[in-house]
Amino acid sequence: MTLMAQDRPLPTPPVYPDNTEFWAAANEGRLLVPKCGSCGKTHWYPRPFCPHCRSDDVSWIEASGKGTIYSVSPTRRVPVPYAIAYVTLDEGTTMLTNIVDTDLDQVKIGDRVQVVFKATEGGQKVPMFRPA
Amino acid sequence: MTIKGKAYIVGAYEHPTRKAPDKTVAQLHYECARGALADAGLTFDDVDGYFSAGDAPGMGGVNMVDYMNLKVRHVDSTETGGSSYLIHVAHAAEAIAAGRCNVALITLAGRPRSEGHSGAAPRVFPPSVPDAPFEAPYGLVTINSYAMCAARHMYEYGTTPEQLAWVKVAASHHAQYNEHAMLRDVVTVEDVVNSPMIADPLHRLDCCVVSDGGGALVVTRPEIARSLKRPLVKVIGAGEHIKGQNGGDIDLTYSAGAVSGKAAFEMAGVTHADIKYASIYDSFTITVVMQLEDLGFCEKGKGGAFVADGNLISGVGKLPFNTDGGGLCNNHPMNRGGITKVIEAVRQLRGEAHPKVQVPNCDIALAHGTGGLLGHRHAGATLIMERE
Repeated sequence: MTLMAQDRPLPTPPVYPDNTEFWAAANEGRLLVPKCGSCGKTHWYPRPFCPHCRSDDVSWIEASGKGTIYSVSPTRRVPVPYAIAYVTLDEGTTMLTNIVDTDLDQVKIGDRVQVVFKATEGGQKVPMFRPA
Repeated sequence: MTIKGKAYIVGAYEHPTRKAPDKTVAQLHYECARGALADAGLTFDDVDGYFSAGDAPGMGGVNMVDYMNLKVRHVDSTETGGSSYLIHVAHAAEAIAAGRCNVALITLAGRPRSEGHSGAAPRVFPPSVPDAPFEAPYGLVTINSYAMCAARHMYEYGTTPEQLAWVKVAASHHAQYNEHAMLRDVVTVEDVVNSPMIADPLHRLDCCVVSDGGGALVVTRPEIARSLKRPLVKVIGAGEHIKGQNGGDIDLTYSAGAVSGKAAFEMAGVTHADIKYASIYDSFTITVVMQLEDLGFCEKGKGGAFVADGNLISGVGKLPFNTDGGGLCNNHPMNRGGITKVIEAVRQLRGEAHPKVQVPNCDIALAHGTGGLLGHRHAGATLIMERE
């Protein structure tokens, strides 16, 4: 069977004072990830401190946009089916996202994926992933 | 300080309704409270502690205490979704042990069926929730969070849809004897795996029901419990834990039950072989499989094999579970069934379960709840109870 992903209306994310830089970069097609200058680990979702070692020495790095599907679930009984997923970025952390622009019946855990940016209803772009 | 043996569950009541369009949520809370107090042989005037969660209309427990005109000296509105009410029992035992109350009332009620809140709608993120910007755009609904756990479980351990289906089959075998259960037809593995796929790999029959209703519990100190005419159900172990995303080091293979269960068993000083009956939170079939592993009833990754072939069916398998039909078939009031998990365990320990599902010589039982989203962030709570 095939279930081609279609674009659907996406809720606009609330932009908080601690993530304006992330969303501005997303609108330019760049994926930023927070990385700790103290323990060296990336984390997700972004916070102004490191949730691993609690250091405040956190800065944004530009991610490669490449990753691997950790888990995925095509969600079917909705007006426009979509695949929710966790993707582990090559930079180490795992983020909630959608797998798009592909046959959702063929998407599997372990597949390599590449970031794409999709516009939400309010215009803000958000990172999603398609097969690499 | 341990709470082992410091408190007894003396009242338990499950509202018989599964659809209540003509009652208010507050009224359902009241009717549940009245039922549990009558079951205990106590009155509203005996209540000096009130425990409620997010389903109680109003601010914490304040509006419900006023509505029922209670005179309390201890309140606790710990809100951890479906696990809240198991935590309330443990917190009530702590409050009783500390001398802060003598008779604790716990209520849950809601009308998601009448109000059309199935849990299928996109999650509503309250203002300022820190994860909202990074989750709201992605179509996060209850089932696909659990479905991602199931998909990962299948990937890592080879768990099959047919093994998950056995959880529903077992629940349906029990529900056929419960006159109040929403779904009383016995189903087969084939029925489950042939039902419509909702979010891969979970089918419609892998999901719990959406029901109106509620329940209530009364917890009290040993002296008062012994003065009443009900069988003595003693709280001997409790544990609670919150599991999140570990800062992005996500591991969907285990739940909060891994921590709460260990704490409860250590406090109780019993082993898994001692547990004659288990109430296991069953929002979805995968919820049961993962929690059974995390609670230690089987090895991690072997939950699918453990639940297969009727092992959870009373009178058939080694671990009778959810003999009321559970959330999968009987009742999941307010989309959070934690209190019904405790209620059926109490019935089993009293010998008051339906004769077709009553576990013989049921002297020790476990109840476990999960609240929130298994694949995102959730709270687990475990209780172990003993018939004295």
